[in-house]
Amino acid sequence: MDLYEYQGKELFERFGIPVSEGRLAATPQEARAAAEELGGPLVVKAQVLTGGRGKAGGVKLADGADDAEAKAEDILGLDINGHVVRKVWIERASDISKEYYLSITFDRGAKKPLYMLTTEGGIKIEQVAEENPDALARLHVDVLEGFQPYQARRLVYGAGIDDPNEQKQILGIVEKLYRCFVESDAMLTEINPLIVTPDGDVRALDSKFTVDDSALFRHPDIAEMRDVEAADPQERLAREKGVTYVKLDGSVGILGNGAGLSMSTVDVVVVAGGRPANFCDLGGGGDAQGVVDALEVITSDEQVRSIFFNIFGGITRCDEVARGILAALDQMKIELPIVVRLDGTNAEEGRRILAEAAPPNLYVEPTMLEAAQRAVELAA
Amino acid sequence: MAVIVDNDTRLVVQGLTGSEGRFHGLRNRNYGTNVVAGVTPGKGGQDVEGIPVFNTVAESVTAASANTSLIFVPARFATDAIYEAVDAGIGTVICITEHIPAHDMLRVYTYIRGKGATMIGPNCPGVLSPGKANVGIIPAEIFSEGGIGLVSRSGTLTYQIGHELTQLGLGNSTIVGIGGDPVVGSSFIDPLERFEADPETEVIVLVGEIGGDEEEKAARYVQEHVTKPVLAYIAGFSAPPGKTMGHAGAIISGSAGTAQAKKEALEAVGIEVGTTPTEVARLVSDRFRIHS
Repeated sequence: MDLYEYQGKELFERFGIPVSEGRLAATPQEARAAAEELGGPLVVKAQVLTGGRGKAGGVKLADGADDAEAKAEDILGLDINGHVVRKVWIERASDISKEYYLSITFDRGAKKPLYMLTTEGGIKIEQVAEENPDALARLHVDVLEGFQPYQARRLVYGAGIDDPNEQKQILGIVEKLYRCFVESDAMLTEINPLIVTPDGDVRALDSKFTVDDSALFRHPDIAEMRDVEAADPQERLAREKGVTYVKLDGSVGILGNGAGLSMSTVDVVVVAGGRPANFCDLGGGGDAQGVVDALEVITSDEQVRSIFFNIFGGITRCDEVARGILAALDQMKIELPIVVRLDGTNAEEGRRILAEAAPPNLYVEPTMLEAAQRAVELAA
Repeated sequence: MAVIVDNDTRLVVQGLTGSEGRFHGLRNRNYGTNVVAGVTPGKGGQDVEGIPVFNTVAESVTAASANTSLIFVPARFATDAIYEAVDAGIGTVICITEHIPAHDMLRVYTYIRGKGATMIGPNCPGVLSPGKANVGIIPAEIFSEGGIGLVSRSGTLTYQIGHELTQLGLGNSTIVGIGGDPVVGSSFIDPLERFEADPETEVIVLVGEIGGDEEEKAARYVQEHVTKPVLAYIAGFSAPPGKTMGHAGAIISGSAGTAQAKKEALEAVGIEVGTTPTEVARLVSDRFRIHS
């Protein structure tokens, strides 16, 4: 789960990482009120779960309450890479003399958290890694050993930070960020830029924060930060129904059982010349209610022209899925063509059940490839 | 032979008295797996259709000589169950449980590596050596005995490929489902090493998917250490970046972990990659007949 800048900063603050004071606003009027409370020169920042908001006009300076209201008016409603801005974060503008970068990522490959620190902040870290790799200090932490102060020293010296006042503050921030990363079950915590003000104060000016979905059960406060309104309407409905669904941009609705087979089904539809409308994993079940829920989500997408059920019965029994499909059709009155491919446990029985009921919009195909081809034809 | 599970497997099921544990534990026994014990704290002394239940894994090792554990306990208790098994001296731990927090798995992974135990999973379907032992939830009836070693991050996709192989008259030495999480106990390399050493395995099929870099690591390992023919399939060519595709580990982060990059890494070391499960099965069949 990705957090907004202001949410990440809220977590930073809890762990003692310095951030600027700010307020959230959903309307220009709220922005004015926030600006009045905060006072002084301000910055109005679009809250979106995507990068590149600066270039898209999503970050603007304001010199007072009137101006903050006007800038919020400009920014709210902007479309940034397909993300509509519905909230802005208003904080005191910071004077910046240096921009650094600090992050911890969950390094799957090394099976260790990875620290990265560089004085070349404010730009994309990939660019630093490519153009000036020596400027980037990297350090893996052994999770059984945990954070040790020497690691922070290695990073700070390694990045070439030589001002003692900065060193002292950044050593502290490096340690606090590790606690924040581990205790929030984060997959990514990034501060870019980590700024030094002309007075020598070090502060997190932005945040990028991703939390492990599987760990949200022990972080109810973070789980509550999820912005259900921001999701695509189909994905929102899927979350409500407990359906594993990812929206794509085509016309063939897809329903498989198991993540790997469902991904493979999406690929095979492309191989057959079609455009998948979604990824949807029915999971281990296949009972009527599961099928109804998944179909409700898939058919709520108006681009869908045909639906492809690709089921390989293992523990899931194909006769159950067949009954589920018929019950769902009965309940939902779907007129779109539905192509079904059943294989594995009780597949013959499942096909027999479908053949006997024979709804006019149901097509049963013997193999995954033939079914994909048929679903693509029917979507054309 | 075969790898990881076989006729020497003496299985303890952690969570045997729960509904999943009971259903699959008994299915595994019916298949012929030697299920010697179950563990459920507080239910020691009971039995599940004749399988004795103990309070601790340590007791199942002492009293029933268990050497392999199958874990069905819920996610928030699963890491405790893994540590308990390893500390009791269990050499092979197979964990089916889904949704274990990634940070917990980092610690488990680091700990058990130090202990020299083998772990498969979590979020995996288990391991099946046809004709010998089935440990987990793989529907064994789809597979037959033979010379193909199959290692995969996915469950149902593996069944699909196994089914296509069976229809072409080909069987498997062992099917290893390594799991779909970002951190798993064993990735491709451990099973590849075992398949290379296993006299019964003649051809190896690797089934990967988007996310992480384990397929790329496997490609390098194959180039340096594997003499047997290896073929591959990768799922997720059409997956958009930044979206978790069902498995917690199946996510393209930035530009890392794409199916195309994995395909290229595998092909660069001479591993053929099929476009569909059907094509993979056909490629395996061609290669198998040449090899045999």
